[in-house]
Amino acid sequence: MSLTESKIHELEKKANDIRSDVIKMLIEAGSGHTAGPLGMADIFTYLYFFGLNHDPKNPAWEERDRVVLSNGHICPVLYATMAHAGYFPLSELKTLRKFGSHLQGHPHREWLPALETSSGPLGSGLSQAVGMALANRIDKGRTSKIQFYCLTGDGELDEGQNWEAIQLAGKEKIQNLTAIVDRNNIQIDGFTEDIMPLSPLKEKWQAFGWHVQEIDGHSFTDIDDAIGQAQAVFDKSSVIIAYTIPSKGIPDFERKFEWHGKPPTTPAEQKIALNSLRTLGGKIKSEHQ
Amino acid sequence: MIISSQKLNPKIFDRDVEEIPIRKGFGEGLLFAGENDENVVGLCADLTESTQMHLFKKKFPDRFVELGVAEQNLASVASGMAAMGKIPFITSYAMFSPGRNWEQIRTTICYNDQPVKIAGSHAGISVGPDGGTHQAIEDLALTRIIPRMVVISPCDAIEAKKATVEAAKTHDPTYIRLAREKTPIITSENTSFQIGKAQILFAPIVGKPDVGIIATGALIHKALSVARELEKEKIAVTVMNLSTIKPLDGKAVLRLALEAGGIVTVEEHQIFGGMGSAIAEFLSENLPTPIEYVGVRDRFGQSGTPEELIEHYGLGEKDITGAVRKIINRRNNKSKHYV
Repeated sequence: MSLTESKIHELEKKANDIRSDVIKMLIEAGSGHTAGPLGMADIFTYLYFFGLNHDPKNPAWEERDRVVLSNGHICPVLYATMAHAGYFPLSELKTLRKFGSHLQGHPHREWLPALETSSGPLGSGLSQAVGMALANRIDKGRTSKIQFYCLTGDGELDEGQNWEAIQLAGKEKIQNLTAIVDRNNIQIDGFTEDIMPLSPLKEKWQAFGWHVQEIDGHSFTDIDDAIGQAQAVFDKSSVIIAYTIPSKGIPDFERKFEWHGKPPTTPAEQKIALNSLRTLGGKIKSEHQ
Repeated sequence: MIISSQKLNPKIFDRDVEEIPIRKGFGEGLLFAGENDENVVGLCADLTESTQMHLFKKKFPDRFVELGVAEQNLASVASGMAAMGKIPFITSYAMFSPGRNWEQIRTTICYNDQPVKIAGSHAGISVGPDGGTHQAIEDLALTRIIPRMVVISPCDAIEAKKATVEAAKTHDPTYIRLAREKTPIITSENTSFQIGKAQILFAPIVGKPDVGIIATGALIHKALSVARELEKEKIAVTVMNLSTIKPLDGKAVLRLALEAGGIVTVEEHQIFGGMGSAIAEFLSENLPTPIEYVGVRDRFGQSGTPEELIEHYGLGEKDITGAVRKIINRRNNKSKHYV
């Protein structure tokens, strides 16, 4: 694809705004996940502001690309990105996890019909994305223009169902399916390699017949190149193992699995989080103190 | 007497009544549904012939997906296909689907509100020699507890065919319970069928029944035989075929309970959480009525012939007869039972 320097700056700025909103949402909600949403903000920003063929004003458009979020607990970043993209008003973000909100604690498409699926229980998103792509192939053949993306966590790959889906996609050689794994090396109980080792992750996917790329999940150039390559592969499904930093953007929280499943709650934590994001991790001077 | 307007199989009580496995009706129904609607697709987890999906696979190879022994994937892939406008039918043994993949059915099918149709074959104790691991006697409980799910338990192959064809026309997630062994043909092609409608198949010649039997699945045949025998003793019984367990035909159940004043439920399922429980939940709220349950009482199955197992687990004609007599006794000795 064609990411210009100015587009990259624009995406970086947008990702930072999305991270700020994620933190504000979590503070307002008083519960929810911090590390994953911040770590995946760049990939979500890339997809919704550059990569996807979609129309936020017409979410039911049949020819849209599909994004299936498998690890539903990182939904604050999905919601914030969708709001920024124009699917619903930004003002709704502060209703996250509240009674009657469109923004349920884990995504539910009954409450927010623009979602492709409901999720939360781990390990079933890839199966659904495979099903969508298979159904589309029945209707449109192998040259369908629709791309199917499934975003998964890495700890989530402990779930056996993923490997059932990976086998099926390998067998069916679904060319317009791209899985993006958030390889942040943490899960609730600790580091993934201590809890249940995933390595060698690349080789595992390859053994199941997938085209595998490993990238820096915070580099828009890397993300763009990988998506481009994934779409160029015609006889395999693709997985992009995106190495990300959990809680990216807030240096004090980065890489700490303790932030997997909780929001900043104390005034000190909240100040650190918001200040880090306002200053882009110290790269720019803060306007507000 | 048999209700003639139901147009049941005229040979229903004959010794040489035709016997066909209920799952066979599903296979024929799916083929028919596939011809009616090109959006119908079939997915199977390595049991294509056994679940009778092979007919569909042969006719529509491009609309059939073989997933291997992977029932969790089966449910969620079907959900994804439904999200793209398909009407997926998924098949395996009931023990594995909806047994093993219950959470995937709850979240990715029902919570997602996708019109996936789950056909669970080899349900019930009459699976026989395969033994307890393969005898799903909890599947009605598992499915009827999930919001949005429609639950159908056909009484014979002909009804299974109609249920399959009708289920393909709705947007509801639907469970269709199928059995392995040959069972008597009770209905005919001319018997009406509607999802959500109970049917009275047998009623007293005159007057009100002493007891109402509500049965589901192939055991209806035994319930009808019992009713016919008791008629000779001047015990008046009405028999209802409750093929749709959810949504429950409350009007029909209420009418029967009002007329009979006592109910016997008959099912090849645990008495906890099954069809009888559904009747009890409904009647205790609307018209508290004495109920006797014929079903498996909190036990696992084992190997044996279907008939041996039906007898051993208390689902035979003598058990149904005993339950009817109990209701009558309870009525005659009210004080002993309402303490």
